Amino acid sequence: MTILADVNYFEPWWIQIVKSILIFAVIFAVLPIIIIYERKLLGRFQGRYGPNRVGPFGLMQPLAEIVKFATKEAFRPTTSVAYIFRIAPIIAILTAVTGLALVPFGNVQHIFGTRVGLYGIDVSIGPLFVFAFAGISFYGIMLGGWASGSKYSFLGAMRGAAQLISYEVSQGLALVGVVITAQTLSLTGIVNAQRSTWYIIPQLAGFLIFMVASFAETNRPPFDLVEADAELVGGYFTEYGGTAFVAYLFAEYTNMIVVSGIITTVFLGGWLMPFGIHPPGWVDPIVVLAKMFIFLTFFIWIRATLPRLRYDQLMSFGWKILLPLATLNLLVTAIIVG
Amino acid sequence: MTYDPGADVIEVIRTPSRNAAAGAYRVFGETLRGLKTTFMRVVEGVSTIQYPEEKTPVYPRFRGRHKLHKFEDSGLEKCVGCSLCAAACPADCIRVVAAENTPEHRISAGERYAAVYEINLSRCIFCGYCEVACPFDAITMGHDYEMSDYTRSDLIFTKEMLLAEPLERTPLRTEGE
Repeated sequence: MTILADVNYFEPWWIQIVKSILIFAVIFAVLPIIIIYERKLLGRFQGRYGPNRVGPFGLMQPLAEIVKFATKEAFRPTTSVAYIFRIAPIIAILTAVTGLALVPFGNVQHIFGTRVGLYGIDVSIGPLFVFAFAGISFYGIMLGGWASGSKYSFLGAMRGAAQLISYEVSQGLALVGVVITAQTLSLTGIVNAQRSTWYIIPQLAGFLIFMVASFAETNRPPFDLVEADAELVGGYFTEYGGTAFVAYLFAEYTNMIVVSGIITTVFLGGWLMPFGIHPPGWVDPIVVLAKMFIFLTFFIWIRATLPRLRYDQLMSFGWKILLPLATLNLLVTAIIVG
Repeated sequence: MTYDPGADVIEVIRTPSRNAAAGAYRVFGETLRGLKTTFMRVVEGVSTIQYPEEKTPVYPRFRGRHKLHKFEDSGLEKCVGCSLCAAACPADCIRVVAAENTPEHRISAGERYAAVYEINLSRCIFCGYCEVACPFDAITMGHDYEMSDYTRSDLIFTKEMLLAEPLERTPLRTEGE
C-alpha cells in the first residue's frame, strides 16, 4: 500500500541524525553571517558603512543583538491569547527549518564505506513537500498576528495571509513547468536532469516568475507589506519582543535561505558546475552554498532598490500579471514537452 | 465657441502609458535601471565621515572655543581688563575683574590687567562679538568645538585655561580644500 510518498532512504539511521544535525548547525551558523552581511551590504547600497563598531569590522553585531534580545523580558499584551501567542513563533521557525531538509547540497557520496546523500531527505514529492510547509508556515504569521490582540498585528497578519495565498499559486505553477521538463518530482532527480542544460535557459520565464513570487513568499521587499513598518509599525510581530521576535526573524531568514536553495536546485543546476567541469564530490556543498549566496545578495540588492508596493498593486500584480504568465508558461512548456 | 487655451499650455500626462510594451518596460526596464542606480552607489563608495576618528576640517574663520593671547616677545598678556568684550557679549557669559599693574608685578602691557577672566561656555553662543570688540586682539575665537563636559561648572573656563595652548583637536582646512 503506497499512500505515503516514497522516501529514497538507504542510509543507516545514525547517518540520518548526523546529517540533520550538521545541516541545522551549518545553516544556523550562517544565519548571523547573513544578517550582518545584509546590513553591511545595504549600507553600501546607501553610501554608508553599516554596523562597524562591535568587534572587527562590526562582525560581532549579530551576537550583541542576540544577547540583547535574549536578556529581554518576555511579556505579552493583556488582549492576547497566551498559548497561541507562544506557539506561533515556534510554528514559524519549525516550518522554516523543515524546508532545509529538502535542499540537496550534493550528490550521493561514498563516505565511511557507506553511501551518503548530501541532503536531508530525498522525497519523491520534493516541491510539494516545500509548498506544504510553506502553507503551514503561514499559520505562524497568521496566528501570531491574530493572537497578539492588536490592530496592527491583525492587519499585518491578514495582509500576509492574502499575499501568501495569491503568490503561492504562481510560484507553484512556475515550478510545474520545471517538473514537466524534468519528468520527476524528486529534487535530486531535477538536478540530475539538468546535466546538459540548466533549467534557467529553457525555463527563463518560469525562473523570473518563481523568483518574483519567492520575494512575496518570504515577505521580502518590495513585497514586505506584511511588516510594512511605515504604516503597520511592525506588522504581525509588532507585539513580539525578545526571543520570540528573534524566532520570527530567524524564520524569515531561514525562509530566504530555503528559497535560495530551491531556486538553485530547480533552475541553476544545484551542485552542477557549468562548462563541463566535474569537481570531486566534496566540492558540491560549496557550489550549492555559493549559488545560494548569489541569490541572497540579489535579495538584498532588490531590497535596497525597489520601494514597497501598494496593497492593491500587490494584488493586481499577483493575480492579473503573474498568474496568467505562470499559466501561459506552464501551457507552452506542456505543449513543447508533450 | 470652445475655449482655446493656446499653444503655450502644456498638457500634463498624469498616468503612465497603458500599452503592453510600456508596461513590460516599466516592470523590467525600470527595475533594471533602479538596480543599476543602487549598484553605482556601491561602486561610488561610502560618504560617511567616521566622526570621533576622522573629523571634517574647519575653515580658518570657524568660530570655536575662545583663546586669550600673550605677546610673544615679552610674554605679557594682551588683555588689559577693559571689559569691552563683556559689554559686547549678547549672552552675557564673560566676567572680567580688572586690577592695577604694579612695576614689580607686571602682568599685561597696559595700566591694568584682568585679575579674573571667565567665560561661561555653557552660555556662549559663539557669535564672535568679543573678538570684534577687543581693541588689542587679546581674545580670538579658536577652532575647537569639542567642549562637552559632565557638569555645568566645568564649562566655566578661567583665564589660565583660555591662555593655555589649546589641544589641536580639530583639523584646519587647507587652502583650496
